[in-house]
Amino acid sequence: MKISLIVNGTAHTIEIEPRTLLVDVLREQLRLTGTHVGCDTSQCGTCTVHIAGKPVKACAMLAAQADGQAVTTIEGVAKGDVLHPMQAAFREHHALQCGFCTPGMIMTALAMVESHKGEPLTEGVVRKELEGNFCRCTGYQPIVTAILAGAKAMA
Amino acid sequence: MHNFNYHRPKTLSEARAIFSGAEDAVYLAGGQTLIPTLKQRLRQPSDVIDLSQLAELRGIAVEKDAVVIGAMTRHADVAASTDVRRLIPALAHLAGEVGDPQVRSLGTLGGSVANSDPAADYPAAVLALGAAIHTPERIIAADDFFTGLFETALEPGEMIVKISFPVPKRAAYMKFRNPASRYAVAGVCVADTAKGIRVAVTGAGPNAFRQTEMETALSKSFTPEALAGVIVSSEDLNTDLHATAAYRAHLVAVMARRAVEALI
Ligand SMILES: Cc1cc2nc3c(=O)[nH]c(=O)nc-3n(C[C@H](O)[C@H](O)[C@H](O)COP(=O)(O)OP(=O)(O)OC[C@H]3O[C@@H](n4cnc5c(N)ncnc54)[C@H](O)[C@@H]3O)c2cc1C
Ligand code: FES
Ligand code: FES
Repeated sequence: MKISLIVNGTAHTIEIEPRTLLVDVLREQLRLTGTHVGCDTSQCGTCTVHIAGKPVKACAMLAAQADGQAVTTIEGVAKGDVLHPMQAAFREHHALQCGFCTPGMIMTALAMVESHKGEPLTEGVVRKELEGNFCRCTGYQPIVTAILAGAKAMA
Repeated sequence: MHNFNYHRPKTLSEARAIFSGAEDAVYLAGGQTLIPTLKQRLRQPSDVIDLSQLAELRGIAVEKDAVVIGAMTRHADVAASTDVRRLIPALAHLAGEVGDPQVRSLGTLGGSVANSDPAADYPAAVLALGAAIHTPERIIAADDFFTGLFETALEPGEMIVKISFPVPKRAAYMKFRNPASRYAVAGVCVADTAKGIRVAVTGAGPNAFRQTEMETALSKSFTPEALAGVIVSSEDLNTDLHATAAYRAHLVAVMARRAVEALI
């Protein structure tokens, strides 16, 4: 079957099997390998992308379900060589070690800033909203610090 | 995952016709339960019918004494709805405690209720609030809906279109979350409704059920102390790697007490 996706602003028409997962279209067909697969069982959040601005786990969604929608991946976040303020905050605050979880962390962070627009992001909110993202290196503390700083820089 | 035919019908009758015509069809809502099930090959349907384009399954409406929520409404949209927050804050709170933000972006009310997972949150509110489950064919009372482990009163191919939640005088939902999955190890919804006090338990048994001893005790005196005399039996409760039946019985009592405390 054919689907159309707008990925990071570019329209694509893609031939897929109905069973194809969104994450596989992004990684294998569009070669956008910044979206990672950590667990493949809906647990770790490293495959997080945005569909119409909302965070989803791309390993738990059929590509067919996204037909006609706008998808944003980590590759769509920076402006050329200029990091997005959230990415810059992660670098500044040492919010990554191996970096495997980072694309998912950033996508979740951006969605949480968006969904809490108009109210200050607190540490409690950040920790709750990170429940779907695992990091096996940092112990989360620098990630929480970076998200709070990134949110401030974006305001 | 085995391959299947994928459909995205635009009308209820089209969806129903595809279901009847297929060898072994399954409806797809948010996919947060179904897709992992397909990936593990626990189900191998011939046809997957995506309900996302059915207008009848969408939206939140306030009717006379009820909030009516379309089956395809995502958990995040129930949690954020100003109408649900104003009229049934316990339901908005419950929706905001399901899983994580990514699961709440896609997971739906209809999918959760149709699935009748023993650890799912929504069934507790559906039962305690005395909701009505609407399908194209009939209206099913919450008391008749949850029939067993992953089993409901739905006939094969019967679809949840919307669920009508009567607005309670007050209600609260408290759950003891599994810290890894966030599913309910035990969850209790206490509601003071036009039809009296209703207490529903999820997470503890094979499916959500009403705790009638607590209802009787709270009808006499709506206080945490009134619950002290109720012994929650562990008979028929679940034992698994997360908790024993006895521990779940204890948690049911604690969650019920917290719910009542939150309401007085
Ligand atoms: C990591 C993770 C954590 C989670 N944590 C929680 C939690 O804390 N609490 C909780 O309650 N749930 C939790 N869930 C489950 C989540 O809420 C699911 O979204 C929900 O159980 C199923 O809804 P769905 O829309 O994704 O349905 P799907 O997965 O699409 O469908 C589930 C089943 O329902 C059927 N179905 C769907 N819609 C209808 C309909 N309208 N009529 C008839 N049948 C239908 C489907 O055929 C399928 O059999 C979690 C899931 C994940 C992946
Ligand atoms: S790879 Fe999708 S949640 Fe882990
Ligand atoms: S930095 Fe290694 S998993 Fe998070």
